[in-house]
Amino acid sequence: MTTVLDDRSASVVGARRMSRNVQGSIAGAALLLGISIPNLLGDGKWGWVLVVTALSYVALIYVGSRALEGRRQATDRLMRATVTVAFALVMLPLLSVTWTVIREGVGRFDGKFLRGTMRLSPEELLAQRDGLAAGGAFHAMVGTLIITGLAAAIAVPLGLLTAVYLVEYGRGRLARAITTMVDVMTGIPSIVAGLCAYALFVIVFGPGSRTGLAGGLALSVLMTPVVVRSAEEMFRLVPNELREASYALGVPKWRTILRVVIPTAIAGVLTGTTLAVARVIGETAPLLIAAGLAQETNVNPFDGRMTSLPVFTYYQYVQPGIPTEAGVARAWAAALMLVLIVATLFVLARVLANVLKPKGLR
Amino acid sequence: MFSGLSRAAGINILIILAGVAAFLIVEGRTGIFGDTEEMSGSDNFLQYVGPLVFGTVYAASLALLIAAPLGVAVALYISHYAPRRLAQTLGYLVDLLAAIPSVVFGIWGVTVVAPILSGNLYPSLNENLDFLPFFSGTISTSGRSMLTAGVVLAVMILPIITAISRESFMQTPRLHEEASLALGATKWEMIRQAVLPYGRSGVISGCMLGLGRALGETMAVAIILSPSDGYFWSVLTNQNSNTIASNIALKFPEAYGLDVNRLIATGLVLFGITFLVNAFARRIANAGFSGADG
Repeated sequence: MTTVLDDRSASVVGARRMSRNVQGSIAGAALLLGISIPNLLGDGKWGWVLVVTALSYVALIYVGSRALEGRRQATDRLMRATVTVAFALVMLPLLSVTWTVIREGVGRFDGKFLRGTMRLSPEELLAQRDGLAAGGAFHAMVGTLIITGLAAAIAVPLGLLTAVYLVEYGRGRLARAITTMVDVMTGIPSIVAGLCAYALFVIVFGPGSRTGLAGGLALSVLMTPVVVRSAEEMFRLVPNELREASYALGVPKWRTILRVVIPTAIAGVLTGTTLAVARVIGETAPLLIAAGLAQETNVNPFDGRMTSLPVFTYYQYVQPGIPTEAGVARAWAAALMLVLIVATLFVLARVLANVLKPKGLR
Repeated sequence: MFSGLSRAAGINILIILAGVAAFLIVEGRTGIFGDTEEMSGSDNFLQYVGPLVFGTVYAASLALLIAAPLGVAVALYISHYAPRRLAQTLGYLVDLLAAIPSVVFGIWGVTVVAPILSGNLYPSLNENLDFLPFFSGTISTSGRSMLTAGVVLAVMILPIITAISRESFMQTPRLHEEASLALGATKWEMIRQAVLPYGRSGVISGCMLGLGRALGETMAVAIILSPSDGYFWSVLTNQNSNTIASNIALKFPEAYGLDVNRLIATGLVLFGITFLVNAFARRIANAGFSGADG
C-alpha cells in the first residue's frame, strides 16, 4: 500500500511530510500538463512546454503540500520550487547565447575570415555578390591585439603599483582618496571612457582624430580599477608573519615587497590581470568612439583608425553591405571569435591560479 | 624609491580621474552653451537631453525590475538550496554570463530574443492589458522595443546582482541559521528570519551596481532598440526613447562640429547619473553587512 503521508521522513516531531511517491506524481502531472496544454491551445513549441511544465509544477506542489502538510510546509516547498525554476530560467540565456553564436558563427569561421581583411578586390566583391565567402577580420584581430596590449601596458603597472601603495604604504587621507577614486573609476560607463580618450586626443591633435592609442587609453581607464581591486585583495591575503620574518632578517621594505609579498601573491595577481584583460577585450563602445573603423590592417597605433573585433562585429551586423547575408555571417564569425578568446582567457586564468599557487597550498 | 614609485602610481589614478572629468567638461561645455543654430535638431540642450535621460532611466529600471527578483532567487539557490558540491560550479556558470561581450548580447537579442518575445508574449500583453499605457500602441513586429532591450539588459546585469547577493547571503552566521532551524522553522522561514535580513544591504548594493551598469550599457541597446525622438511610455512599439549611451554610439561616428560637443555633454550627464547611483550603492555597502541587528 502506498502511504500518502510518511511520518518516518518527518524532520520535526509530529510534522506530516509528503512521501516521495506523491512528489513524483506531482512532477509527472506537471509534465503532462506542460505537454498537453500548449498542444491543445494550438502550437506545441518546446519553449511553451518548458514554461507550462515549470509553472504547473510550482502551482501543484503548493496545492498538494497545502492539502497534505499544511501552510508552512507548503510555503517552504513553493519557495524551493520557485528558486530552482529561477535558476533554470537564468541558465537558458547562457545556453542560448553559446548555441546561437556557434551555430551562426561556424559558417564563416574559415581561412578567408582569419587571413582576409575588408579591403575587397573587385573579384572578391563579385564573388561575394554571387554568395561566395569573401572578406575577413584579420585587420580587426591585429587591432584588438594592439589596442588591448596597449591598454594592458598602461593599466597593469599602474594598477599593481597602486595596489602595492594601498596595501603596503598607504595611510591616511591620500590612501582613502585613492580607494574612493578607484571605486568611482569602476563605475565609469565604458562609453564615457571612450568619449574622454577622444576628447583628450581632440584637444592635443585636433578634431576627428581617431587612433589605436586613443582606444588603448580608453580601455586602460576601464581596466585599471579592476587590476587594482584584484591585486589589492591578493596582497592583503599575504600573511603578515611573512613580512615580519623578512624585516626581522634586516631586509628593507622594498626588497620585502619584491621578494616576499609579490611572489606569494603572484598566482592571484596574474589570475586577476587575465580576467581584467578578458573584461576589456570585448568592449565595443569606447573603441567605436576612440579608435573608429578601418577596412584594412593598420599596425601603427599613433596614426589612423584601427578596427577591433567588437567594432568589426557591430559594423558588419548593422551595415552589412550587399548582400546582407555576407556581412551578417562575418559578424557572427567575429562574435564566435570573441567568445572563444574570452573563454580561453577564463581557462588560462584558472590554469595560472593552479600552476602558480605557492607550494603547500596546492 | 619603491615607496615613491607606488605613491606616484596612486596619485596618477587621481590625475586620470580628474582628467576624465576635465576633458569631458572642456569638450562638452560648448555642447551645452554653444550656438544651437549650428547643431542639428532641438532648440536647447535640455530639450535634447531630456528624452535621452528618460530613456536611459526607463530602460535601466525595466532591466532592474526583471533582474532583481531573479538575481536574488538565483543567489539564494546557489547559497542555500543547491547541493554543496555543485554550488561553486553553478556560481561560476552565472559569472560566465558576465563575460560575454555586450555586442554579442546585442546581436543575440535581435536575432533570438526579439522574435520570441514579439511572437509569443507581446500580442497577448497588448490585447489583454492595453488599458495600461505601458502595453498600448501598435506592437513592433521586429520586436525591437523597449521591453526587449530591458530583458536583454536584465540578462546582462543578473550576474553582478547574483554575485553580490550570494556573497552576503553566504556570510550569514551559521549560528543564526541553526538557531532558527532549532526553533522548528522550515528552511524558507529560516531564510526569511536569518538570511534575508542579514543580506539585505548586500542585495540593495548589488541591485544599485546592476542599475549603474544597465544605465551605462551601450551596444546591446544600440543594436536592439529602434529609437525615436521624444518621451514614450509604451514598451512594445517601434517608437522608443533612446538611451544616452546608445544615442552616442549611433550618432558619434557620423557627427561633426558642435554636434560632437553636444554628444560629449550628454556623456557627462550619463557620468553624473551613474556616479550618483554608484555612490549610493557604496554608501549602503559601506554601512556594512549589519542588517542582522535591523
